Amino acid sequence: MNMEKGTEKAWDVLKDLTDPELPFLTLDDLGVIREIKRNDKNHVVTIAPTYIGCPAISVIEEKIASELKKIGISPIIEKSFSPPWSSDWISENGRKKMEEFGISPPHPRKADTIGEPLLKDVKCPQCTSYRTEKVSEFGSTACKSLYRCLDCKEPFDHFKCV
Amino acid sequence: MKSNMADMVFEGLLRIADDNLILGHRTSEWCGHAPTLEEDLALPNIALDLIGHAQTLYCLACEINSRYKNEDQLAFLRLEHEYKNLLLVEQENGDFGNTVLRLFYFSTFMKYFWERVKIECCFTKLKEFSEKAFLETSYHSRYASQWVVTLGDGTDESNLKMSNAIANLEPFLGELFNNDDFTEMCSQNDFLPEPTSIFDSWKNEVKAILQKGNLDFPDIILKKRGGRKGEHSEAFGYLLSDLQYMQRAYPNSSW
Repeated sequence: MNMEKGTEKAWDVLKDLTDPELPFLTLDDLGVIREIKRNDKNHVVTIAPTYIGCPAISVIEEKIASELKKIGISPIIEKSFSPPWSSDWISENGRKKMEEFGISPPHPRKADTIGEPLLKDVKCPQCTSYRTEKVSEFGSTACKSLYRCLDCKEPFDHFKCV
Repeated sequence: MKSNMADMVFEGLLRIADDNLILGHRTSEWCGHAPTLEEDLALPNIALDLIGHAQTLYCLACEINSRYKNEDQLAFLRLEHEYKNLLLVEQENGDFGNTVLRLFYFSTFMKYFWERVKIECCFTKLKEFSEKAFLETSYHSRYASQWVVTLGDGTDESNLKMSNAIANLEPFLGELFNNDDFTEMCSQNDFLPEPTSIFDSWKNEVKAILQKGNLDFPDIILKKRGGRKGEHSEAFGYLLSDLQYMQRAYPNSSW
């Protein structure tokens, strides 16, 4: 996250905002908030959507605007697709929280690939077994795929490596 | 931006946005009807991506042409002849095989299209967008290619259905690769690549996947066209009446 001088107050408010679809993660954990700048009158907040059509984006924009309004700031919110959001931007803390909530966190991305994970094995977040298989490329949301554990038999979501 | 440049960018954005909106709408029709729960998650998720692409592109178009207030006006309040999408994307879904084959054709085309835009487009906002769009369309292409192989290389019946899907979609592929005066202008101005310049990459990939699924690569000759000029097929009218119903019945309604 890039922060310009004089935007500390805004960041204080934004750093604890949570994601509407993954409410145990903050937008900061996910790496969605990229930059806070100031121009003459306004704060400009740049966000990187996890997916272009992510339905949570408008909720996130509203949340940012309403929280900042409370401290007297009316922001301009800009979406940025370059560089595209990457699952590599999810913080260590975010990955830990994901696992606690039963979602298998994404693997780091192999350099110079488009979302090819560095490791192939996916760990079951319930029983920690690596004997798992992919059921579907798409899970409950666009950012997750559906897996099942061959040991404890539980289905689970795996956050895609993007 | 000079006014003739602005017209070009507006029209170019509309063509891509309309393709994505209409295929997104068609794909969303599978919601609740897919053969398995996993596909019922996958297809609406892809539809969401496609509609998301359309939404972002319509927003860019609105910034250029002040006649339209917002993306909803472009998506929901134009007349049939004002939509510039390909005939391919507006055809009825047919069976699951036909749906995934069309998705495979289209997303593979878009993957190479965005790859080119990423390198050579002079319109910065679209160039930035293409980085993300490239990743997502690559994913759609991979998903659909797996089904084309699975069904093609499956049972006699599934192979027959895929062969029928190939025959069914064949007349619409020519339009996908048809250069016209407009695409030439876009290419000369380093705005968008010419469709024909993507053909070889597309053909190599599609041919390899079809071969894996024991399927024949279709003849690609310009047969049916008109979508880019706003001349649509009968199926499109029914699609629009469904797509536009809410905004027509309750103008300016919002969530």
